[in-house]
Amino acid sequence: MDSTRRSFLKILGVTAAGLTVRPSADAWALGAKPRGAAPLDNALVGKRWAMVIDLQKLTDKVRKDAVEACNRAHNIPHYENHDDEIKWIWEEGYHNAFPGQHNHHLPVELTRDPLLVLCNHCENPPCVRVCPTKATFQREDGIVMMDYHRCIGCRFCMAGCPYGSRSFNFWDPRKQPPLVNEKGEFDPPSPDYPTRMRGVVEKCNFCAERLAKGKLPACVEASNGALLFGDLADHESEVAKALRSRYSIRRKPDLGTEPQVYYLI
Amino acid sequence: MKIYDAGKVIAGLIIFFVVFTFPVYYNHGKVEPAPKPSLETEKIQSLYEKNCVEDKATMRSGHMLLLDKWRDTVVRDRLRSYAGFKGTRFEMSLSNTCMDCHSNKEQFCDACHNYAGVTPYCWECHLTPKEMK
Repeated sequence: MDSTRRSFLKILGVTAAGLTVRPSADAWALGAKPRGAAPLDNALVGKRWAMVIDLQKLTDKVRKDAVEACNRAHNIPHYENHDDEIKWIWEEGYHNAFPGQHNHHLPVELTRDPLLVLCNHCENPPCVRVCPTKATFQREDGIVMMDYHRCIGCRFCMAGCPYGSRSFNFWDPRKQPPLVNEKGEFDPPSPDYPTRMRGVVEKCNFCAERLAKGKLPACVEASNGALLFGDLADHESEVAKALRSRYSIRRKPDLGTEPQVYYLI
Repeated sequence: MKIYDAGKVIAGLIIFFVVFTFPVYYNHGKVEPAPKPSLETEKIQSLYEKNCVEDKATMRSGHMLLLDKWRDTVVRDRLRSYAGFKGTRFEMSLSNTCMDCHSNKEQFCDACHNYAGVTPYCWECHLTPKEMK
């Protein structure tokens, strides 16, 4: 290639101009962490978050309080139509929650009352595998999260989840009670949590936003000790101790999803 | 060369041209004054040092990039604390941090966004200061 002094200087000039762009481009480069990014001071940090539900302590009041606390904390809309329901944590009958556990002559108390079900935050989550946009993903501490910003509403995750833990916003949640008050104004119950928009899938997030600020999940806080939450990687945690001391079952364990919500019998 | 229905075609072209360029000559010579986003909120007035998380120039040109990065860091990397350019720590939160000081969304955010004709969809989910009350 013929190289003249002139073209060499041109290249030199362009390169020099490019170098001046570099620092400002770096500052906003994708992937680079924001300056000093860190967890908040009082954040609860764990390696394997899990929930333990004590069926013997699960009274009618506890169930209602836990569901109500969650619904309020996350601005969850209420629909009369069953098909439109948005559920994070809800009541389910024993036989529906544990279809593989239908022994005869079970204790009446066990099968008579509904129990609480929620996202199991599986160790091997099928919803994450099927999500085409990585809108749902598994954090290092085991929480299966939704990034609503990325959700395109394809509902593959709903088909993938064997526990029915995911709900789709068929309607604008901002137009539903209790997000709308009696006067018809938008007045969400929780000022601390955003709403969702129409066309995204939502589910329980193990109250990731509360853990980040040092608080336990809303349902656990409202459960009067019937729901325990903690880090299973920590041998001395409340949940690890509870699982060592009593017999527990999980929902559909034979599917291999490794649920992290345990039920103490 | 002969144009069939030349009168109609040319008349049509002229009408099209006049209508198509209407915005250009209608707005010609008129200058919409650039908006001045207002900083007149109680919180900002009460601050001893009136500093945002970054300096003014960076915020003015790059706040959308900053917010985008905050969003990914909070949701996907579970890090919520940010070191401002003066070393102060801030929670990376649109509704709780940005809007805590800039509680006048209409005079602050909307003033420029309307002028520039951009419609960020943050507020379809995130709560505005008014909605949080």
